[in-house]
Amino acid sequence: MPNWQWFHRLGSPKWLLITLDRWLPWVLGLAFLTLLLSLIWGLAFTPPDYKQGDVFRIIYIHVPAAVVALAAYYAMAIAGAIAIIWRMKVADMALRSIAPVGAVLTFIALFTGAIWGKPTWGTYWIWQDARLTSMLILFFLYLGIIALYDAFNGSASGQRAAAIMSLVGTVNIPIIYKSVDWWSSLHQPASIKFTEESTIALEMFQPLMVAIPGFYLFCLAAVMLNMKVQIARHGRNNSWMIERAKIDS
Amino acid sequence: MLVSANENFSSYRVFTAIFFRDLTVYFRYRGSWINPLFFILVVITLFSLGFGADNQALRVYSPSIIWVTALLAVLLSLDSLFKTDFDDGSLEQLILSSQSLYLSVLAKILAHWLVTGFPIVLATPLISLMLGVSLEVLPELSLGLLLGTGILSFIGAIGASLTVSLASGGLLLSLLSMPLYVPAMIFGAQYLQDAIAGWPLMPSLSMLIGLLLAAVVLSPLAIMAGLKLSVEA
Repeated sequence: MPNWQWFHRLGSPKWLLITLDRWLPWVLGLAFLTLLLSLIWGLAFTPPDYKQGDVFRIIYIHVPAAVVALAAYYAMAIAGAIAIIWRMKVADMALRSIAPVGAVLTFIALFTGAIWGKPTWGTYWIWQDARLTSMLILFFLYLGIIALYDAFNGSASGQRAAAIMSLVGTVNIPIIYKSVDWWSSLHQPASIKFTEESTIALEMFQPLMVAIPGFYLFCLAAVMLNMKVQIARHGRNNSWMIERAKIDS
Repeated sequence: MLVSANENFSSYRVFTAIFFRDLTVYFRYRGSWINPLFFILVVITLFSLGFGADNQALRVYSPSIIWVTALLAVLLSLDSLFKTDFDDGSLEQLILSSQSLYLSVLAKILAHWLVTGFPIVLATPLISLMLGVSLEVLPELSLGLLLGTGILSFIGAIGASLTVSLASGGLLLSLLSMPLYVPAMIFGAQYLQDAIAGWPLMPSLSMLIGLLLAAVVLSPLAIMAGLKLSVEA
């Protein structure tokens, strides 16, 4: 008999809030440490690129932001599926907590990409590039899901509408992943590969391998903070929440 | 006509019954099929006036003008797709009935497309004259809009089903549908450009057909879920 206790506990916002409180400082601290390490390493100690010079260093923001932006969409869509199938309140809160983080990450990826594009491609933006366009669609999807969720004034149907929309939007994710391989465009194909040798120098690769987990951790912390807000908002009339607020103040 | 509750209807009969009922309703209110057509003609007129005497530029930009105006016309008409049925409760009956909701949704969208999207396709000779597009590419232009308005109707219906219970869902419907419209927009405009330039048409045409087939088969699944939650709201 597998132990499902942890899964049932997830259904209790009170237990979740206590757990979030316990883990948040650790996740946040670890996130700051890894981000600090990777950024100092990448910005100060990695040798400059032979062609791009120091401009390439924006990779340590651009690539982790883009990677985590996509992963956040996965996480959000999975939360949406759980919310539809098992009607778990916590999954709805998770969906709403992940969406703004994902939107900001997508914006960071687009923004840093534009800054990077100007000196290397000669332009901030081109519309014919599939990777750029599909990332922009991802940004709009995130905003649309937030708008849909909030349009129902926090009722259960708004949560389900947002969950359905997040599942419909997943058709965009494989397109983003594969866009650089399917259409040849300005954006380079993936340099980091799991199945064959990567086409990025090891010295540049190492700080990136620290930056990506750093971004993951930081976003996890941001989602956890958002979750606390969502739990407080949903349980604002519960007695345990009111007791807690009294202790806090 | 009274029918007993346990009488079994064939799926085909249910489909045609809903299809013709919706068509009747649309034709009794003339605005439902005239307004989208009127809208697209007015917007194209405004575009033409905006370009002034520069007919060359108008011709160059005509593929994207045609697509954006068709997209907006379909989007604005989609607000009414489920609205009246939601308001008078017949949508709820449709969901509660033992008949396949999938087929009912298909019938409703098809009827809606026939009165909103199809008139736009019929108006392509006029549209191409207004924009100065060569009449030689008229078959391609019509075919592109025929496939394109179908894709737009089916994908947009997802947003319509999710927002039907909201008092002012129109703007939200556009926000939700626009990102999903991008692939259709890219390949549709590409197809028109290829036709005007005389390039091979098969790549963009097969993408459009593929998008339409996927939209027809898959979007009713999301629409069914959306309608159910809207009725519960």
